[in-house]
Amino acid sequence: MDQDLYAIDSALSEDERAVRDSVRRFVDERVMPVIGPAYIDGRFPKELIPDMAALGLFGANLPVEYGCAGLNNVAYGLIMQELERGDSGIRSFASVQGALVMYPIYAFGSDEQKARYLPAMASGEIIGCFGLTEPDFGSNPSGMITTAHEQSNGSFVLNGAKMWITNGSTAQVAIIWAKTGADDKSIRGFIVPTDTKGFSATDQKGKLSLRASDTSELVLQDVCVPRTHILPKSGGLKSPLMCLTQARFGIAWGAVGAAMACYEEARSYATTRVMFGRPIGGFQIQQQRLADMLTEIVKAQLLALHLGRLKDAGTFTPQQVSLAKRNNVNIATDIAREARRLLGANGILAEYASMRHMANLESVYTYEGTHDIHTLILGQALTGLNAFN
Amino acid sequence: MKIAVCIKRVPDTETRIAIAANRTAIVETGVKFILNPYDEFAVEAALQLKQAHGGDVMVVSLGPDTIQETLRVALAMGADRAVQLKTDGAPFDTLSVASALAAELTTYAPDLVLLGKMAIDDYNHAMGPALAELLGMPCVSAISKLTVADGRLTAEREVEGGVEVVTAPLPAVLTADKGLNKPRLPTLPGIMAAKKKPMEVRPAALGVARVVVRSLEPPPERPAGRIIGEGAAAVPELIRLLQTEAKVL
Amino acid sequence: MAPVLAFAESRGTALRKAALEAVAAARSIAGADPVHALLVGPPGIAAVAPELGRAGASTVFVCEHAGFTQSNPEAASALAADRARSGGYRAVVFVSTAQGRDLAPRVAARLGAPLATDVTSLVVTGDEIIATHPVYSGKAIATLVVTGAPAVLAVRPSSFAPEQTTHTATVETIAPIGDPSASRVVVTELRTGGGARLDVAEAPIVVSGGRGLKDAANFAIVEDLAAAFGNAAVGASRAVVDAGWRDHGEQVGQTGKTVSPSLYIAVGISGMIQHLAGMRTARTIVAINRDKEAPIFKVADYGIVGDLFEIVPALAAAVREARRTG
Repeated sequence: MDQDLYAIDSALSEDERAVRDSVRRFVDERVMPVIGPAYIDGRFPKELIPDMAALGLFGANLPVEYGCAGLNNVAYGLIMQELERGDSGIRSFASVQGALVMYPIYAFGSDEQKARYLPAMASGEIIGCFGLTEPDFGSNPSGMITTAHEQSNGSFVLNGAKMWITNGSTAQVAIIWAKTGADDKSIRGFIVPTDTKGFSATDQKGKLSLRASDTSELVLQDVCVPRTHILPKSGGLKSPLMCLTQARFGIAWGAVGAAMACYEEARSYATTRVMFGRPIGGFQIQQQRLADMLTEIVKAQLLALHLGRLKDAGTFTPQQVSLAKRNNVNIATDIAREARRLLGANGILAEYASMRHMANLESVYTYEGTHDIHTLILGQALTGLNAFN
Repeated sequence: MKIAVCIKRVPDTETRIAIAANRTAIVETGVKFILNPYDEFAVEAALQLKQAHGGDVMVVSLGPDTIQETLRVALAMGADRAVQLKTDGAPFDTLSVASALAAELTTYAPDLVLLGKMAIDDYNHAMGPALAELLGMPCVSAISKLTVADGRLTAEREVEGGVEVVTAPLPAVLTADKGLNKPRLPTLPGIMAAKKKPMEVRPAALGVARVVVRSLEPPPERPAGRIIGEGAAAVPELIRLLQTEAKVL
Repeated sequence: MAPVLAFAESRGTALRKAALEAVAAARSIAGADPVHALLVGPPGIAAVAPELGRAGASTVFVCEHAGFTQSNPEAASALAADRARSGGYRAVVFVSTAQGRDLAPRVAARLGAPLATDVTSLVVTGDEIIATHPVYSGKAIATLVVTGAPAVLAVRPSSFAPEQTTHTATVETIAPIGDPSASRVVVTELRTGGGARLDVAEAPIVVSGGRGLKDAANFAIVEDLAAAFGNAAVGASRAVVDAGWRDHGEQVGQTGKTVSPSLYIAVGISGMIQHLAGMRTARTIVAINRDKEAPIFKVADYGIVGDLFEIVPALAAAVREARRTG
């Protein structure tokens, strides 16, 4: 932010600031000019993929030996913050590619799979998507009905459908989570090339949120994958949830970026828009709006930063991530709405970012664990009592 | 090719500046510091030449330890090595700084020296040609186009009402203007790699400073103007004011 | 008694306005002491020496050589440094044009002299010259103390108004230093943009257009208003240069040119800080914009609110009429 009121920059290392600055410039120079029209047209600006890859944005916290940038988790978070300052759809693309596709291959894959896919994914040559959510199983993934039946020759045949899959129609590869047996303990991950016979991806139309993002329905009809495509170290619901924890970490930072974008737009507008003979930023109600916004942003930043340090120390927990994702996305939705209101009539135009962020953040509130689900995760952590069912 | 790029760490002038209590400097807290944008064109030109012709790119800057962060930005873009000429505060005097740079560059013996045409803080617009004279090298300043072949450079520079096409033999000093190229962003792997590249620190052999800043003042306020009317109907009044009051017509 | 040397910028066999400004700036610090001018150019340049006399130079040193047909920075700076050494000058004065910015530092380095550039005012007090110099994109003005003689000074264009006297200067022919045709830096060509368009940094009047014009083709009305004044240049905001409507050479502002004309007319320009940085020192500013809250109106001496597509053509017609009758 151009006003680092709480000197949070001083808590970042030089590298972390340099990473943040580079991604910020990338977003200013390459994303901002195209994002408004892309959002209205309902398309992800795919032309940015090669330059995003060249900058090192995909799987940035994975090791250098796989062609990744090898950054720490605070730097990774800053990347997500800056991408989402541009648009949640841009950040979603990077989140999926890095945390939901490259990460499971890194964590659960064989050495051959890692060597084959990770460098190509870092360079953007192979785009992936993450197939966990189903039409009837969102917050409750353990109930999934996508199956993977082992054949006598060792291959697997997959049947089922996945929904709300970011990058689904762009991806060359889908990480599909399916039950090999009766219950959720039998869930395994599979690397499914999207051109496999029986696999189809269709974009979901009519979205009023996250429009600059490809959101697809996947259908698997007798999709056959060789044994070499199972993620050997995956097993049970824990595996996809570990991936989600990675992504949710990034989202806690991303939400801060969206909030910052809305706050800065509101502040800049308030100091130049003149009404009743003075800038509206001089009126008490607008000052209260801005003060409330910035206070929440600072709190959210500090939350995310502490979480990043814990993650780097190897001690973070999924409950900590839930707290940060839940809080940061929630305050971001409020900030976007308040910024939209401060902008007055101008705030409904696509020329201004706040209403686009406001709409996007509704998706971010709902995906990667809804706000309510994270509430229950925390509730259980605090009381020991399960309120899920 | 051995290419040296002289860079400067400057305040980002997108941010507001405030004059410090001592009236000879600006308040630095809360100010964002960046690599001088004109120097970015110079670094990018050096990297492109290295990609085309092979060689080594050295970046050098003068100042206290805080400038190392800026040198590392250039390393992250792709420069190979950095040199900090250490001094408490970079003097305002162009020739004083040019002497220190010349001493360093004489040792390095580059084929090309590149800098931005000016720094966005001091607006002196003088370092390149001054440095070239001290090095005994030809200089082409404020270039917006460059090709290098067979030990010669050909460049274009904007002058009032036109464009000069200039050639000179290497080794030479060039200063970069906007339009020369589009500087690359430091990539994230580049930022990590920069930490491992050589960064040497030496004392700066400054020349005597004979031009000093005695004080900084805010610019004089313009007297308040006025809106004289609306639409084409206001034109006659404007003509009258331009003739009688402003006396420019 | 120490004279002051002014470098007289020329192009081909014509004098440039900067030459007269350099003489004026030199006169402002010379006091009772004489001002000498140094004029270099191809054969025939000597014909303009009397203009320098009328501007206030008492002696004009002229070097005519075919090697100066195009700008020749190495030969010019060698000659200027040599003349400065021989003449025991208090100061050597250039104007911060593209050429002046190139020559002044060279001369300073050759002489081992202190250098102040882009100077907006000058006062001599004994051993020191006090110069003002805008810094931080014009957000602050630095007062510099320049110690030592000779001092090399480059003044900002349009900061020192040329004078008109009835002086006649003595003209002295001097030889170049070495062979100007053997300079390492060779200007092979000067491409002038279609027609002798006035440069925005030099013109006394600038008419600038911004995004309010909506389309590149609409710049025609800005060009017409400039043409109506006769001696005006067309300027552009960064937005329209970035959009590809106008050339970067016309850009006024922080990342373009800083201009100080007598009259600056901003058409359809909102007046962002970065633009103001480039024109806020103009003597008179006129703003034409449909948004009465546009920041440009805060710096404009005279503002007209309304549709520029109606106002500008009406203004151009009125200017033409005023010039015809005035």
